[in-house]
Amino acid sequence: MNPSADYLSTMLRIRAFEEKAEELYALGRVHGTMHLSIGQEATAVGVSSALREGDFLLNTHRGHGHCLAWFGSDVNLMMAEFMGREAGYCRGRGGSMHIANVEANNLGANGIVGGGLPMAAGVGMSIKMRKTDQVCVVIFGDGASNEGAFHESLNLSSIWKLPVIYVCENNQYAMSMDIRKSANVEDISQRACAYNIRGITVDGNDLAAVHDAIAQAAAECRAGQGPVLVECKTYRWRGHSKSDRQLYRTRDEVGEWQRRDPIPRYATVLGLTDDQLEAARKDAQQVIDAAVVFAENSPEPDLAAVMEGVYA
Amino acid sequence: MRELTYAEALREGLRQAMSADERVFVMGEDIGVYGGAFGVTSGLLQEFGDMRVFDTPISEAVIAGACIGAALSGMRPVGEIQFMDFVTLSMEQLVLQAAKIRYMFGGKTSVPMVLRMPGGSGTGAAAQHSESLENWFVHVPGLKVVMPSNPYDAKGLLLAAIDDPNPVIFIEHKLLYKTKGPVPEDMYRVPLSSTRIAREGRHVTVVATSIMVNRALEAATTLAAEGIELEVVDPRTLTPLDEEPILASVRKTGKALIVHEAPGTGGYGGELAARIAGSDAFDYLEAPIRRLTGLDTPIPYNRNLERAAVPQVDDITREARKLARGEY
Repeated sequence: MNPSADYLSTMLRIRAFEEKAEELYALGRVHGTMHLSIGQEATAVGVSSALREGDFLLNTHRGHGHCLAWFGSDVNLMMAEFMGREAGYCRGRGGSMHIANVEANNLGANGIVGGGLPMAAGVGMSIKMRKTDQVCVVIFGDGASNEGAFHESLNLSSIWKLPVIYVCENNQYAMSMDIRKSANVEDISQRACAYNIRGITVDGNDLAAVHDAIAQAAAECRAGQGPVLVECKTYRWRGHSKSDRQLYRTRDEVGEWQRRDPIPRYATVLGLTDDQLEAARKDAQQVIDAAVVFAENSPEPDLAAVMEGVYA
Repeated sequence: MRELTYAEALREGLRQAMSADERVFVMGEDIGVYGGAFGVTSGLLQEFGDMRVFDTPISEAVIAGACIGAALSGMRPVGEIQFMDFVTLSMEQLVLQAAKIRYMFGGKTSVPMVLRMPGGSGTGAAAQHSESLENWFVHVPGLKVVMPSNPYDAKGLLLAAIDDPNPVIFIEHKLLYKTKGPVPEDMYRVPLSSTRIAREGRHVTVVATSIMVNRALEAATTLAAEGIELEVVDPRTLTPLDEEPILASVRKTGKALIVHEAPGTGGYGGELAARIAGSDAFDYLEAPIRRLTGLDTPIPYNRNLERAAVPQVDDITREARKLARGEY
C-alpha cells in the first residue's frame, strides 16, 4: 500500500471518538452501553482503505471505528446517533450497537455476536446474481467464530464462491473468555481449511498488513475465486463494555499491547515527528468536539414517532 | 374457472414473480432437482436455472440470513424452510435481524423478503415435523405473518408478499397442498392485511386460520341443515391484522368462536379474543368468547392421538352448536 496521512487521521479520529464516548458516558451525558475499539484502529482503517466505494460492510457491536472508517462517513451523524438524536444515522433508534449508513452500503453494526455472518452470504449471492464486481466484507470477533452461524456462512460462501471477505477481528477476548480457552486452534484463520478457502492471519495493529491482506482478498473475490478468511490479531485496551472489571486479564498484558499502539506505529511509517503526530491528534480532537456540539444541538426524536419505521 | 391445487397455485405464483422480476429468486433445502419436500418448487430449477433457484445445504440460519442480506442489497428473495419446525434454527436472523433492521436503522432501509414454510399436523410426522409456530412470529413487531387457507389465496397472498417491502413469514399447511380450488391465470394479488368473510351467517362468528377455515366451512354446512348459520372469517394475515371485519361480524352475530391448530396457551386466539373483548363489539356479545385450539401438547405420532390433539370438523360443529344454542 501507499502510505497516507489520511489513514492516520482516520485512526486518530476513531481514537478521539472512543475517548469522547467514554467521557460522555462517565459524565452521564449518554445512556445505554458501548463497546470501545481503542487499540483496534488499524484494523478498521486497514479494511476500508483496501476496498472501494460501493462495496458492502456488515459490522460488529464494537463497530464505531469501522463505521467511521467506511466510505462517506460523517462523524457528526455518528456522534448524533451515539447520543440518540434525530440527526443521527439511524435517527436515534439504533444507537451505538446499530449504527448503519445504508446509502454507503454500510449495512450496520450488529448487537448479536455473529449476527452479520449469515447475511453476508446473502449479500454475496446478490452481488453474484447482479453480476457486479462488488465485494461484501463482514467483520466479526474471535467469539463469533465459535457460533454455528460462522460455519453455515463460510460453508455457503465456499460452495458457491461468493465474494465475501470474512474479517475476524481477534482482540483475544470474547467479553471475558480468552480465545485460547475457547478455541483449540492457534489461529482462527486455520478454520478456513475446513471450507477449502484461503485463510490468513495478519498483525491487526499493522495498518499496512491489514490493508494488503484485504486488498488481495478483494482482488480474489472480484475475480470470482470465492471467499477469504482474514484474521486480524489485535487487542482492545478497554473492557468489554462499560461495566467490565477486567478480572480475566492482567495490567501487564494490557500494558504490553499498549506498547504496540497502532497509531504511533503508523506515524513512524509516515515519518512524522512527535510534534506532527500531536498536531494531528489535536485536529482529530477538534473534529470530535465539534461533533458533540452538533449532536447536542440536534433535537431528541419526537415521542409521537415511536412506532414509525416498524413496517415499511 | 380453472382449478389448481394449493401447491400448484404457489408454484404458479413463484413462476410468475420470477418471470416478471429478475430480482426474485428462491432458495432452500431440496428445492431444486427434488422440487421441494412438498413439490412446490418442482420444475423451477429447469425453467430458471441455478442462479435463480438455489439448493442450499441444511443450514436454516444461513437460509434466513442470506435472504436478509440479499434483500438489503437489491434482491427479492423467497426462502423456503422445509418444515416450519426447522425455522426454530433461523430464529435469531428472523427475530433479531429481519424484524428489526428497518426500525433500528431509523426507517432508512427495509427487508423485502418472504420465507415460506409448511406448518401443521395430520401427516403422521410426529412432534418435530408438525408444529404450528405462527404466534412466535406474531409476537415480533416488524414481521408480517400470512396463512393462506386455499389455492386462490395461496397464490394471491404469495404475490402480494413478494411485492411487500417487509419480511413476510408465509405459513402454508401440509394438508392443504393437494386441495383444489379456482385460481385465475393472471398475476393477481390478494392484499396482505385483508380479512375475508369466507361464509356469511348470522348466528355465530367463527374466526379460523389456515386449514381450520376449511374445517369451519364444513362445520357450517352441517349446522346449516340444523338452521344454525355460521359466519366464517379468515384473517389470512395474522399480523398486521385487519380486525374490523372480525369485529363487525361479532357485532352482527353476538357470538364468537376462535379456532386454530396451534396450542391454546399463548396462542393467536387469545389475541383475537382480547381484541374483540376490548372493542365496542364487547357490548354485542351474548355469550363468552370461546376458543377451540390445539391441545397444549406436542403432536403425538399415533393417528388417533394426533387427530385428538387438534380441532377436527366435529369439534368445531359441536362447539359452534353449543354457542348458537346459548349453552355457555
